[in-house]
Amino acid sequence: MTERTKLPIPLPQIGAEQLALLERLSNAVAVSGDEGEVRAIVLEQVKPLADEVTVDALGNVLVTKHAAAPNALRVMLAAHMDEVGFMLTRDDENGLYQFGLVGGMDERVLVGKPILVGKSHIPGVIGAKPIHLQERGEREQTIPVEQLRIDIGPGGSGKVKVGDRATFATRFQQIGPSLVGKALDDRLGVAMLLEILRHPIPQLELLLAFTVQEEIGLRGARVAGYALDPQIAIAVDSTPARDLPNYDGTENQSYNTRLGAGPAIYVADSGTLSDPRLIRHLAQIGDALSIPYQFRQPGGGGTDAGAIHTRRAGVPSVSISVPGRYAHTPVLFARLDDWQNSLSLLHAALQRLTPDILAQER
Amino acid sequence: MTEITPFLKELLSVSGLSGTEEPVRRLIKDAWTPLVDEVSISKLGSLHALRKGHGPEPRPRLILAAHMDAIGLMATGVVNGLIRFTEVGGVDPRVLPGQFVTVHGRRDLTGVIVKPDDRSLPPRLRDKPFDMEYLYVDTGLLPAEVAELVRVGDTISFAQPPVELTGDALAGHTLDNRASVAAVTICLQELQPVHHAWDVWAVATVQEEETLGGALTSPFAIRPQLAIAIDVTFARGPGSPESRTYPLGKGITLGFGPNVHPAIYKAFSELADRIDLPYSNEYMPRHSGTDAYGMQIVAEGIPTMVIGIPLRYMHTPVEVVSLKDIQRAGHLMAQFISALPADFVNQIRWDEAND
Repeated sequence: MTERTKLPIPLPQIGAEQLALLERLSNAVAVSGDEGEVRAIVLEQVKPLADEVTVDALGNVLVTKHAAAPNALRVMLAAHMDEVGFMLTRDDENGLYQFGLVGGMDERVLVGKPILVGKSHIPGVIGAKPIHLQERGEREQTIPVEQLRIDIGPGGSGKVKVGDRATFATRFQQIGPSLVGKALDDRLGVAMLLEILRHPIPQLELLLAFTVQEEIGLRGARVAGYALDPQIAIAVDSTPARDLPNYDGTENQSYNTRLGAGPAIYVADSGTLSDPRLIRHLAQIGDALSIPYQFRQPGGGGTDAGAIHTRRAGVPSVSISVPGRYAHTPVLFARLDDWQNSLSLLHAALQRLTPDILAQER
Repeated sequence: MTEITPFLKELLSVSGLSGTEEPVRRLIKDAWTPLVDEVSISKLGSLHALRKGHGPEPRPRLILAAHMDAIGLMATGVVNGLIRFTEVGGVDPRVLPGQFVTVHGRRDLTGVIVKPDDRSLPPRLRDKPFDMEYLYVDTGLLPAEVAELVRVGDTISFAQPPVELTGDALAGHTLDNRASVAAVTICLQELQPVHHAWDVWAVATVQEEETLGGALTSPFAIRPQLAIAIDVTFARGPGSPESRTYPLGKGITLGFGPNVHPAIYKAFSELADRIDLPYSNEYMPRHSGTDAYGMQIVAEGIPTMVIGIPLRYMHTPVEVVSLKDIQRAGHLMAQFISALPADFVNQIRWDEAND
């Protein structure tokens, strides 16, 4: 690192402690609208460190870490606590339940999976008709969610109830260079915000929003963005790496992001046209410090920034995401290197952020 | 949960796909050795465990056959560190994406079955159920390491740990047919204090899911007068037709059809009635889908019987079985053997057997 790029605060490093916390966060069940389990972990972590902590009307955790001096730049970081999952909607008796989907999930990935139901994490499964009993052509049809049942066993009554949420039972693990778990979208971001709070930046008024209901329409971020009234916002999330080979050997040109290529900086998604000054700032920091980064391919999808940037008179916003394969399925694969580089890029960019950036015309 | 649960969970934790049953065989051998007089391994890999009878020699012999092989997957290639695969036994590709597996490469690798984004698939498959040809196993390792550790033909086992459900039910992969291995184990345990006339050969067969290789060969080596196949059958549950299923946890099934000698069926149903053991009749108009299909036609032919343990979601990694039904199957076999007269085979007559 040259003198020119030397940072006043050493960049936070991910070690055993951070991985243990990520494991807890990944294994917790917090389906959109019922984020209590992750909220409890977040509150436990932020309370000793924050200057102000509130839980708002929707269940967002809003945290303020004051700057060393007054009138500092107000920077909001948002990471969503919620995950996609299920809600039990009807009791068919004998431990069988109908259920509905919460958040954007592919019906095709549901069948044949172990799940956890309710606050007590009662185990269950989503079964399938045996292959032996299927009619010709049945395999060519997706089984609609209306025909699937959550099965917690024939002694079921009383253990769970209609209205309970459920998610996949996947347990977090590290495999080689990879982080493997459910709900890493966006517990990776939640853990990054907690790490930023442990290494605060004195010249910034840090406004951290641990949001709810991102997966069902960015609803938590909308009110958090209003309440915190930031001058700049950065959404910290996980974005799909659709980088598997094409079936016919042609180049995969719509990969969104690539695993192992560093944090993904958003230019345009379905909800936000990122502020060019912030994009430039992130890229310059990455170049100067040799932190790998990639630009997420413009396209659909989005982050909490989509709701935040139009609050009040407008908030210059950008998003940084950790790439992850197979998002919104029972398992997400991310890379430890990508996570570390995302944290490094975010922290370094915050350290170099001054009100001057807003003096430039967008 | 019952005493057999820890052993059954152990059975589900080891691999043993059709054709490569060694890991599970070792476990069963360890469990059965103290319960029997002799243990041997057949030319195709089936485990033969003899518990000698107490009658005068030559004693009649019967086989209790439970197949120990599992369905699973097999590597067909490696692309950019991702493993392509085909099936061993019948697997519905719709249940695969998101499943944890163990790839038995140069060392065992943890992996997950994954699907490419629809944009990377042939247009005809977009928004359609998955085609096994285009699924992969992602091990999370870098391509160079995968290329070194995995080759075509490596077996891939399901790896979801079993979970206990409410109502004495267990969910997991390969309960077809390790549930029946557990039932035979219970039978051998119950026979310990019993003086039975017949030699009992507990056989954990190989390759049922692919070739019936074990069922077609072990009876030839043993030459039993009677052979009983214990296997799982379809339990009533979501998506499965009522007409072809049996209630879960409400009793075992006794097979009836061309793969079953009617006199043995009759002996079992009368016994079950006498000891108040709940059962359903399972009518099998053609192939029973069990080892009995193979065993019946070995050598000059063998009178066979099928006992079924109802199981939901067969051939998925979340099969569900009732521990009570496993106990019942083991208990019924032990009771049958305990009461079996040495001249039973001479007593059975086709014209005497009426359902």
